[in-house]
Amino acid sequence: MLTLAHFLTLGALLFCISVAGIFINRKNVLILLMCIELMLLAVNINLVAFSRFMDNLDGQVFVFFILTVAAAEAAIGLAILVVLFRNRRTISVDELADLKG
Amino acid sequence: MPIIEIVFYLFGAILVASALSVVTVGNPVYAALFLVLAFFSAACIWLLLQVEFLAIVLVLVYVGAVMVLFLFVVMMLDVKATPVKEGFTRFMPIGVVVALAMALQMFIVIWTRGLEAVPMPEPREQGFSHTREMGVALYTDHLYAFIVAGVILLVAIIAAILLTHRQRPTTKHQDPSRQVQVTRAERVRLVKMEAEAAAAKPQGGESKS
Repeated sequence: MLTLAHFLTLGALLFCISVAGIFINRKNVLILLMCIELMLLAVNINLVAFSRFMDNLDGQVFVFFILTVAAAEAAIGLAILVVLFRNRRTISVDELADLKG
Repeated sequence: MPIIEIVFYLFGAILVASALSVVTVGNPVYAALFLVLAFFSAACIWLLLQVEFLAIVLVLVYVGAVMVLFLFVVMMLDVKATPVKEGFTRFMPIGVVVALAMALQMFIVIWTRGLEAVPMPEPREQGFSHTREMGVALYTDHLYAFIVAGVILLVAIIAAILLTHRQRPTTKHQDPSRQVQVTRAERVRLVKMEAEAAAAKPQGGESKS
């Protein structure tokens, strides 16, 4: 029998996988952006599950706005990436250390 | 085992497997395609919860727009030039350790708080429209947030265009501010000339036209 815990477990698994992905793919900005999208998906799964199981619509409205903001974030992030590649001919994180942080 | 559990475990397994592939495959093109699969499976799981509108929006907006944008950028940038596998093994252990620790913590929280006793909600009655429910919520209680979301999308459009817009020196374009600031002196030049007494008579055929 499916319970709320099943859906939360799925969201938690997805979130942990994407956190591991951020550690693993530290060189490639593109895959880092994809890992962030996966994290947002995990959060959305949690919000939808809570909203549906607790019978409160606000969680689903929140998912809607997260989708909107994620789309805007992806568009701006990819635009920055394109400009970065045009100026530096690379998107490797190691080469982008001009600030010496 | 009822059909709903089979569907949940099937699409959950596909979702987790494709997410694992996204973070381990290395090649951004394959990673983007696996991400499409992950979003699609997540939409199927949302359909189980009967949030049809959000599931369709996830497929339309993410698979249809955002992932296509990702694929465009991946193919536009020369990603073969960047070393994709470099540093994979170096950061693998710490990433796995952090992820496992987080997963353990979350599982403890989820499975010891009585959340496993919350049953599936009752199925919606026949004729229930989730789209209508969402629309009523968005256009009444959350109207200001909805408008702000529109403004955020507008900002994203302007920012993306401004960032990637390139001014080539060879492109011909109008500059409206210079056009409206033009003065008479820049355009018209009066030349004082003496009238010539012996001007040539115009040819008959040409002057008539």
